[in-house]
Amino acid sequence: MSERTVIIASRTGLHARPAALFVKAAADQGVPVKISVGDKKPVPAASMLAVLSLGAEHGTEVTLQAEGPGADEALDSLAALLARDLDAEESTDA
Amino acid sequence: MPEELRGIGVSPGLAAGPVARMSPPPALPPARTVTDPEREAAVAVRALATAEARLRDRAAATTGAARDILDAQSMIAADPMLRDGVTARIKDGTDAPHALRDSFDEHRTTLEGLGGYLAERAADLDDIAHRAIAAALGLPMPGVPEPGHPFVLVADDLAPADTATLDPANVLALVTERGGPTSHTAILARSLGLPAVVGCAGALDVTDGTAVTVDGTTGMVHTGVSEDEVTLVRERAAEERARITGGSGPGRTSDGHPVDLMLNIGSAADLVGVDLSDVAGVGLFRTEFLFLDRHDAPGLDEQVAAYAEVFGFFEQGTIVVRTLDAGADKPLPFLGLSGEPNPALGVRGLRVSRDRPEILDTQLKAIALAASQTTADVWVMAPMVATRPEAEVFAARVRDHGLPTAGVMVEVPSAALHAGRLLEVVDFLSIGTNDLSQYTLAADRQTGALADLLDPWQPAMLELVGVCAAAGKAAAKPVGVCGEAAADPLLAPVLAGLGITKLSMSPRGLPAVRAALAGHTLADCERLAGRALQTGDAAGARAAVLAETS
Repeated sequence: MSERTVIIASRTGLHARPAALFVKAAADQGVPVKISVGDKKPVPAASMLAVLSLGAEHGTEVTLQAEGPGADEALDSLAALLARDLDAEESTDA
Repeated sequence: MPEELRGIGVSPGLAAGPVARMSPPPALPPARTVTDPEREAAVAVRALATAEARLRDRAAATTGAARDILDAQSMIAADPMLRDGVTARIKDGTDAPHALRDSFDEHRTTLEGLGGYLAERAADLDDIAHRAIAAALGLPMPGVPEPGHPFVLVADDLAPADTATLDPANVLALVTERGGPTSHTAILARSLGLPAVVGCAGALDVTDGTAVTVDGTTGMVHTGVSEDEVTLVRERAAEERARITGGSGPGRTSDGHPVDLMLNIGSAADLVGVDLSDVAGVGLFRTEFLFLDRHDAPGLDEQVAAYAEVFGFFEQGTIVVRTLDAGADKPLPFLGLSGEPNPALGVRGLRVSRDRPEILDTQLKAIALAASQTTADVWVMAPMVATRPEAEVFAARVRDHGLPTAGVMVEVPSAALHAGRLLEVVDFLSIGTNDLSQYTLAADRQTGALADLLDPWQPAMLELVGVCAAAGKAAAKPVGVCGEAAADPLLAPVLAGLGITKLSMSPRGLPAVRAALAGHTLADCERLAGRALQTGDAAGARAAVLAETS
């Protein structure tokens, strides 16, 4: 089991657009990834409803978990995404 | 077949064009016994995929915030957890529509429990659920239609979620079966400058594609009209628009009696691009925006900056700042108020300062600091004042902060009845007609079915407005109206005739109100006010005034 801890950089927290970008990216990983806040139960990162209900705000520390081949690469790329202010970035998906 | 439908005109203007109806949310049929769970699950999964695809298509067709919301909604429809919940319920014997409903409800409850922004998003789940259930039942997709050409939107009633993606360039007018002058439809129509008729019985029976004409002033909708009539109405609409927007100058009757025209705003953003040359100032600056979606109250510096930004738009004129209007009805997390059984009658508006005086003090301090940097006149008023002692204490606190002009909102009948006594301790009154209707007619603003009672044309309401205006005249102090009613061009002369000295509204409504005032002498206005007060009901009052003015 690999883990990454990252602080939410988006100003509005993990809601709306940042949540959508993160969930999309999580679903595109080859391995199932879970996300948790504090010592609460980890939830599937590919589930929009689960991610929204974390209620993660700007500055909240979240933990990402995955295991198996490709887990570290998946976690690195998702952690890098959360460490960016996604609200500040232009929509790139056409 | 030509036919005449009658509703309440809530947003003035003429329009003509083909009807496109909004499908209502699907009604859930009685529960069925599931004989083939696998097939049933496939129906549900397909329904979710349909909802997802439609939401994704709509997201692709929009931009900005609306696109983000629709994107997030399409991803909720595709949510694996949601899908697993639905299929698990079907395995346990629930049919597809009920399994969808129950699963969405479960997630809705979770989001609501988290409060704040997420609780607001919970309502979005209903929209997604309606789409999925409609797909499972083989019914048309609910929501705003997209016929691919400009249309008159006909609906039962419009909810905020319906209108997130409504494209004003393609919608000619709004007509709803239900709703009243304070309904979301009416407010939206006025903010978009679209003609609108609400409470129009029979509107949903008009088939899609039928040509109709809509008069947002008289509330008349003619169906099955000819091509020529459509052209004629469009020409008249263009002339009417030119007449209204052609007016300029400060608000006054044709014989020069001044009625200050002011703006309702929520933040500096609302003033960007607005022509302020003929505006007397801001009649209602709502300050809630600073306080929403956050866990702590905004600090002093942040508030000073936000207020100064608004004040900076004006070198002269008056800016009326309303102190925080939140509480049990508009919960804010940092207030830490517990749920109340009857929030409209609970701790809200000024009442919040009973337990949390420091929030008001910080706000007054910030307003005073920002006011010291402007040449405009900054007035301050409190929401939800019921008694003279409340007004007196508030006014003293405002003046303690060095702000010379203190007033109160009149939203509670007790405040209207005692307008004279309130004016002994404050400098001005501003009538919030939406809340005053709610409390005078005992009709919840959230209850669409009671919209007729919430009508500002209710003679009892007009009488209370008259009591306030008379008290203002006696005390030689200003009494304004800053509710939705102030933007009704038919009502504006009546309000002026009752003695109201300031009308405050969204920028969009201002030209039509200016034109309406300019079309009457003060004596005309007083006569119209008398006619409206004499009638026994709202529809009669409106009809009487309409008959005299057209």
